[in-house]
Amino acid sequence: MTATVGPAVLDRDGLDALVSALASQGRTVVGPTVRDGAIVLAELTTAAQLPYGWGVELAAGRYRLVPREDGAAFAHSAGPQSWKSFLHPAREQLWSADRTPEGGLSFTPQEPEAPSYAFLGVRPCDLRAIAIQDRVLTGGRYEDTGYGMRRRRALLIAAECTEPGETCFCVSTGGGPAADAGYDLALTEVVDEDGHRFLVRVGSEEGARLLDLVPHRAADPATQSTARGAVDAARDRMGRELPAVDLRALLGGSLDAERWDDVAARCLTCGNCTMVCPTCFCVTTEEVTDLTGDHTERWQRWDSCFDLDFSHLHEGPVRNSGRSRYRQWLTHKLATWHDQFGSSGCVGCGRCIAWCPAGIDITEEVAALRAEAGTEAER
Amino acid sequence: MTALPVPYRVAGRRRETAQTVTLRLEPVGEALADFAPGQFAMVHCFGRGEIPLSVSSVQSTGGLAHTIRGVGAVSDGLCAARTGDVLGLRGPYGTSWELGRARGRDVLVVAGGIGLAPLRPLILSALAEPEAYGRVSVLVGARTPGDLIAREEMNRWRTACTGMVVDRPDASWRGDVGMVTQLLGRAPFDPGGTWAFVCGPEPMIRATARELAHRGVPKERIRVSLERSMRCATGTCGHCQLGPLLVCRDGPVLGWDRAERLLSVREL
Ligand SMILES: Cc1cc2nc3c(=O)[nH]c(=O)nc-3n(C[C@H](O)[C@H](O)[C@H](O)COP(=O)(O)OP(=O)(O)OC[C@H]3O[C@@H](n4cnc5c(N)ncnc54)[C@H](O)[C@@H]3O)c2cc1C
Ligand code: SF4
Ligand code: SF4
Ligand code: FES
Repeated sequence: MTATVGPAVLDRDGLDALVSALASQGRTVVGPTVRDGAIVLAELTTAAQLPYGWGVELAAGRYRLVPREDGAAFAHSAGPQSWKSFLHPAREQLWSADRTPEGGLSFTPQEPEAPSYAFLGVRPCDLRAIAIQDRVLTGGRYEDTGYGMRRRRALLIAAECTEPGETCFCVSTGGGPAADAGYDLALTEVVDEDGHRFLVRVGSEEGARLLDLVPHRAADPATQSTARGAVDAARDRMGRELPAVDLRALLGGSLDAERWDDVAARCLTCGNCTMVCPTCFCVTTEEVTDLTGDHTERWQRWDSCFDLDFSHLHEGPVRNSGRSRYRQWLTHKLATWHDQFGSSGCVGCGRCIAWCPAGIDITEEVAALRAEAGTEAER
Repeated sequence: MTALPVPYRVAGRRRETAQTVTLRLEPVGEALADFAPGQFAMVHCFGRGEIPLSVSSVQSTGGLAHTIRGVGAVSDGLCAARTGDVLGLRGPYGTSWELGRARGRDVLVVAGGIGLAPLRPLILSALAEPEAYGRVSVLVGARTPGDLIAREEMNRWRTACTGMVVDRPDASWRGDVGMVTQLLGRAPFDPGGTWAFVCGPEPMIRATARELAHRGVPKERIRVSLERSMRCATGTCGHCQLGPLLVCRDGPVLGWDRAERLLSVREL
């Protein structure tokens, strides 16, 4: 069988067939769908569950679904979840220990839950977020076994952005609305007088084999140029941006800034921003013992640098103030992440802005730090 | 973070102070890779949890020791372990003292309280090869005389200078009172040709390292061991961050040239 390599076009039936083909391969298909007033990521059994005809309105501290007349499935920006909920789940057992009759202990690794995921509709910002978590959780000396297993099995079908949100700023983090790497297939949705269809680009052998299982046609020039045009236009319609300066140097030099007191007065240290952020990876561990007292389990769960216990030492927390915890979060994202893992920790998805109950906006905070650094320099 | 603990049996237990116990551990089956002085293990106490502990002794047989101060659920549980009990260990993790870099030079060890524990194997290595190093001095500070660990052992060490100081003396104390930094003038060392190894509470590390740098010891040769919250030790939980560093990976031992700036920022 010769795999299709050039760009192709799928119509809505083709997308249905794609989801069926993935399911019949035994994959767990996960994609966006409408639930409880938001577009969430959930297991899909058919492409009909995609949020056809829904878009979102975003602002700092605000997220609202709005109907779209064009019936598009992927014309909404990031929701409250990210793919880390599946690759790096909120709770996972690591191992267990049992007392043996001879008075010893035996330790047993927990076999990770690792379905073969197919992620449908991964935004380019989220492709970059996955690559960032890959570096953190599999790129160092020790690998997170469960993450590594799920990640290697996962198939990624990207959906390029044609409708950036008010809180989006991927372009100013070095990304953009086009999917350029790290996908098996990349879709670009086109809805016009010629119909509702998806331009498909192939990013891997596996993607090529998959495409060949479903009805498609070679991409016509009109669909290609309309799709390119929409993605290019999205690049110029970002809702927000980070200042175009060396952020690493700016944050590194702003540890004593007054702005931290200002933001600390507004921040509730609730940790929502870390939960919704697709790159935040921090976890803690817990010991869970059963009633017999002979069996104990070690669990890992998401943690947040906004939690007072996060920096706990027996003399007390290192980061006691809200000021120091917000500073840790922002400085880690934009500066020290480079030192630790070789890239920035922010992809500009805007989730932390939309889901902050206090409406704190990372781009506004960085701009304020920049202004403060500027006035310092002028003094 | 998915390394599995390996069972170690408590082969011996010695009480050091009212709060502190040394456990000698032997692998039940296969041993972990060799620990270098300064490195640490994640030690699991059944049903309570896992904490980072430096090795306070390393044997060529695969055996090792931890000296533990009981300050909370897990460390209290480990202090209460009996001979014959089994614990789970992961490691070795982190950077080591790298004493070998100090060959031919004066060696100055400065410890505060339990901070002497991770330095103990370094001191023994240096004293085991007197011809390889210059003058070896050990300066130890503690809160009270009762908080000094390895006190008798210290008296047997053939150092150029061994100094002890306490903050709050009791009726029996005849020695120095105050901060460990005040002993620095007494130890014989040539600042430009010295490697210093420092471990203890953070204010003590700061004061000592500053004073040593002031006396002319190159900052890169002032090695300090830092403590941060640690849940994984494998660089994947984020807890041990100190600015650009992951202390479990880039530390716990690092040079004052890197640590100085980081420890001078409040609540970093
Ligand atoms: C590299 C390194 C080497 C060390 N070497 C030694 C050594 O040789 N000897 C020694 O005695 N000590 C050593 N320590 C210090 C030792 O690890 C701590 O004293 C120990 O972790 C205390 O744990 P604990 O459970 O007994 O006490 P706690 O301080 O009560 O708790 C320990 C952990 O439990 C968690 N915790 C506590 N309270 C809460 C809460 N309310 N909610 C959620 N989580 C909580 C914290 O995250 C904390 O990390 C070392 C530390 C490091 C980093
Ligand atoms: S910091 Fe905010 S904008 Fe950046 S990746 Fe995380 S959630 Fe998205
Ligand atoms: S910035 Fe907003 S979302 Fe993040 S901890 Fe503060 S209040 Fe919560
Ligand atoms: S202890 Fe988890 S990253 Fe260092």
